[in-house]
Amino acid sequence: MIPIDLIQKTAETLMDKAAIEIPEDYLTGLQEAARTEDGDLSSFVLKAMLDNYEAAKEDRRAMCGDTGVPRWFVKLGNDAKVEGGMCALETALRRATASATNGVPLRPNRVHPLWRTDHNNNVGIGAPEIEYGFEPEGDWIDLITVHKGGLFGTDYRMLFPSDGIQGIKRFYLDSLMAFGKRGLACQPAIIGIGLGGSKDICMTLGKRASVLRTVGSRNSDPRIAAMEDEFKELGNSIGMGAMGFVGKNMVIDCNIEVGYCHTGGMPMSVHAFCLSSRRAVARIYPDGRVEHRTDPDWFTPYQRRETVEWEPLQEAAE
Amino acid sequence: MKPREIRLSTTPTSEAIAELRLGDIVYLDGLMYTAREGVYMRALEEQANIPMELPSESAANFHCSPAARINADGSFDMGAVTATASFRFAKWLPEWMEKTGAKLIIGKGGMTSKDYKSYFVPNGAVYLSTVGYGTGALLGRGVENVEAVHWNEELGLAQAMWVIRCRKMGPFIVASDMNGDCLFERENAKIAQNIARVYEGTKPAVLKRYGESDDRSDEVI
Repeated sequence: MIPIDLIQKTAETLMDKAAIEIPEDYLTGLQEAARTEDGDLSSFVLKAMLDNYEAAKEDRRAMCGDTGVPRWFVKLGNDAKVEGGMCALETALRRATASATNGVPLRPNRVHPLWRTDHNNNVGIGAPEIEYGFEPEGDWIDLITVHKGGLFGTDYRMLFPSDGIQGIKRFYLDSLMAFGKRGLACQPAIIGIGLGGSKDICMTLGKRASVLRTVGSRNSDPRIAAMEDEFKELGNSIGMGAMGFVGKNMVIDCNIEVGYCHTGGMPMSVHAFCLSSRRAVARIYPDGRVEHRTDPDWFTPYQRRETVEWEPLQEAAE
Repeated sequence: MKPREIRLSTTPTSEAIAELRLGDIVYLDGLMYTAREGVYMRALEEQANIPMELPSESAANFHCSPAARINADGSFDMGAVTATASFRFAKWLPEWMEKTGAKLIIGKGGMTSKDYKSYFVPNGAVYLSTVGYGTGALLGRGVENVEAVHWNEELGLAQAMWVIRCRKMGPFIVASDMNGDCLFERENAKIAQNIARVYEGTKPAVLKRYGESDDRSDEVI
């Protein structure tokens, strides 16, 4: 049984880490971008961002004033048991979100869409979002918090098989052009592309590709992995850098995730995880151990399975 | 070439403003206030009295809401500050400038050269963009003190009018000048020359969308 107090305490720590500490994989990607950038203004911007990460860690203050919209991804091993059950877990995550909003402090971004009511704690109807995944082995629970920015850089389009890969490329470029100008997307970003699924799942896949995969990771399908490389290169060849200034670093990495879709369509979504790519992860075990990391490791072979049954041992033998 | 760095008061003289060139890096000293849609609607549409002497106390309007809290004893803790995209506030800004004498509009992404020419320049005002975006922790270090939070009860922490004393707060980038020229549009024009090459081999999607532009030199703001 995983103690509920430990879940809440760990969740509070994760909220703090996500807001303050830039994940190592993104940092390395941005340092590399800063080394190669030759645009005067975009170089200045990247250098300022690197200084900003240092300042945030030193002062223990949020790296960006817009601390995004906190949300949770929870993954459970098949044998995991949470003290008080899943409703207690959700309450613990809502409490952690509220208390960290006041504690760090974060910006209370979440308001009612019509009445603009703000509880000043980032909690409200449907907020924070909590999504679940499962793994066939294990008695642990993974808590992943992501505080993604909410306004620009994301788009969806229903494409069709006749649009082909060129159509995917064009919509990808359109999204970068539309939201890259003036730096609305706060690039260089981790671009996530969702392909397939139904409309809602297409958005979910793209979002997860941007926030739950790390810089340098590649899709397990080698042909998709090759597309990821090609798209990263393509985005960086536009000639646009940070803040939409002339430059050559727009895409820190491009991650693509797919899901089976309607036979007539090829829906596509594009998401941008910004210069403050806020994510933090911890695995909690029933014996009270807590392991912190920054790689969500969400897209396991189980998450990408294609078959009716899940028989990992048999697959390994083949 | 390294950009030029300039210290500027939040109640700048017209000479100091005329000196600024697109792409200059600016650090600010003095009082600054945050105002975005909540404040604009309350002050302009509901005609509430603005709780500050403007522009004598401050001529610097920051499109921002900070990551901050009000403590139980009434004191403030401000962590990070960064801007929100300014183009959405174009509908209120001409009246706001006229009413408050704001000379520095600070935010994310700038406005169009049309905005600059039609009401920034006539009011002697320029646009300063935050950097990144966003250098929230660096800007937070430039906050010497939070002097007041107005309209928190009416608007909530994120929309309230925060009055901030800045000391060498920055960096900001000069994104408009007294000609009404726009830094971002200048950069867009340079990038536009390359667009046809990156789009080569692609064609418009088979399913169109109403209101869609197929001209990549257009902007979405």
